Amino acid sequence: MAAKKSSARFWSGFISAYGQELVVLGCIVVMFVVVGIYNPRFLNNTNLVTIFSGNAYIAVAAIGMSLVIITGNIDVSVGSLIGVLATVAGTLVVNGAPVWVSWLVPVIVGMAINTVLGLLVAYLRIPAIVASLGMLSILKGGLITATGGKWITGMPEGFFLAQQRWLGVPAPIWFMVVLTVLAAYWMRVFPAGRTFYAVGGNAEAARAAGIDPRRTCVFAFTLHGLFAGIAAVLFCTQLQVIQSTVPPNLELTVITASVIGGVSILGGTGTVIGSTLASILFGCLGSAMVFLNVSAYWLRAVLGLLILATVLADMARRSRYQSAATA
Amino acid sequence: MTKNLLVRHETILAALLAVALMVLTTQSSHFFTVENLLNQARLMAEMGIVGLGMTFIIVTGGIDLSVGSILGLVAIVLGVFWKNVGLPLPVAIVLAIVCGSLAGLFNGFIITRFKVPPLIATLATLALYRGLAEGISESRSVRGYPDWFYVLGQGDVWGIPTQLWVFMALAVVAIFILGVTPFGRTIYAIGSNAVAARFSGISVNRSLLAIYTASGFLASIAGVIFVSRVSTTRSDMGTGLELDVITAVVLGGTSIFGGRGTVVGTLLGLMLMQALKSGLLLAGVKGDGTIVAIGVVLIGTVIVSNLFRMNTDG
Repeated sequence: MAAKKSSARFWSGFISAYGQELVVLGCIVVMFVVVGIYNPRFLNNTNLVTIFSGNAYIAVAAIGMSLVIITGNIDVSVGSLIGVLATVAGTLVVNGAPVWVSWLVPVIVGMAINTVLGLLVAYLRIPAIVASLGMLSILKGGLITATGGKWITGMPEGFFLAQQRWLGVPAPIWFMVVLTVLAAYWMRVFPAGRTFYAVGGNAEAARAAGIDPRRTCVFAFTLHGLFAGIAAVLFCTQLQVIQSTVPPNLELTVITASVIGGVSILGGTGTVIGSTLASILFGCLGSAMVFLNVSAYWLRAVLGLLILATVLADMARRSRYQSAATA
Repeated sequence: MTKNLLVRHETILAALLAVALMVLTTQSSHFFTVENLLNQARLMAEMGIVGLGMTFIIVTGGIDLSVGSILGLVAIVLGVFWKNVGLPLPVAIVLAIVCGSLAGLFNGFIITRFKVPPLIATLATLALYRGLAEGISESRSVRGYPDWFYVLGQGDVWGIPTQLWVFMALAVVAIFILGVTPFGRTIYAIGSNAVAARFSGISVNRSLLAIYTASGFLASIAGVIFVSRVSTTRSDMGTGLELDVITAVVLGGTSIFGGRGTVVGTLLGLMLMQALKSGLLLAGVKGDGTIVAIGVVLIGTVIVSNLFRMNTDG
């Protein structure tokens, strides 16, 4: 019994010392080594670049989701929002708007829609999960009603942002890396960024310290809309067609990336570096299983087990914090 | 005061439902007919059965996002046990329901033993159970069930859809348990303040295990009915069901923070959702416009209910 306890303490200490980000990074490295030994073609440059740039939009959306979750809220409507904004971008450019307008407008619309969501949560006191459930219905239903399920095609050549390469690196990877670094730096160093942690950690204490929790909440949602807008543009410029649907359960994928990256669903902790690493991990996992000759049918089950394992590791780490605090 | 509030929310909802029924009746002569209403009830039963368990869970302040995946898993297990393993269908049904209940128990185990927030725990098992369903089935569907099996999902008993009887029976049991029994009171106590409940001698973990298992069990029943209704088994069955069910429960006045809510409210919420879906469809609104209406009604009801609460507070 005692041995069991001390080994549990060792592992939770290990995890808490190195942080969830390093755990996720470790998973990625282990996966690269294992899969790379089994099938070196996995480490082929083209393959990795394809994985990274194909999943970059999820990482970008997860940055915004992390901000919302860190302030103690959640948004289950982001998948539908990305679908709506993708259609907005496509419709604009097909109807002759300049390409830069069709990139910019979805970002602004995303910020506007999520600001409304933030206002509902902060000022009308609707729990975030309920407000965003309602928003999910409105956006999803509205999108299919508006487009009639038709695909958008015939976008001009310059529209395909996600297919461009800058300095030999695909644009989505630039976006993912630069936005993650900027957001992480901003949240760590700037007072405005620190307020998110303060409000998520303890809204009452934050209020006593002179922070308006409601304004912070709306601000987090607005920024979340900004990132969702960028994610939507990256998503809809990948392929030659824009469908009026997004991958099913996209919102849950984005939330999962944030949580696995170490953002506590209870608010107050986590970084966007973790969420980006987790997005990369998920993206690689699908490809890795193909290279390991695992049946594609079992992909989601493995993903589920992985999520569960990470969550349990996270809880072990957290319970050690708590026992340290009470001791 | 809380009691007052409950009555309030359900009164608002009942009034809203009455108005919706009246307006929708004027929009289409096909809406308020026995045939259409029974048909709508048939479509509502699966969501309703899952919603009963969800009400208990949300009253404790938890949530179960995995119900749609459990439904899919049960459907697949049922099909595989019957077709591939060759068991008699009744045995396959029982085993499938046992599997679904175990899935619910597993949710409860993660939540109580490892103190994982329900939202996260069931988010993980949502992926896991759906993944198991996909892996086991390899995306093959199972068809050709014997005729007697379809009575459950497509047949009538005394002129009323079979699954509506099942739903009503389960609803009565749920109303009784949550409203009258000591166990029901412990559910509210846990939702209001889990720590205080534990100090009052309530075994919080055992109660939570019981209701998450019950939620898995109810999702399994719904899964069997689903298979019987659509005559086939596929691994993607029940995708997105969780959000619909949660919408109905919250619409029914159950607080997402726990401690407040009734099964009757959930039933009203379900009926309002189904009436809107069917009525707007008959009134010529395209299928997806009805989803918009449900979103608007959900947010609207919560705002109105909050306004009343602010009035009573101050």
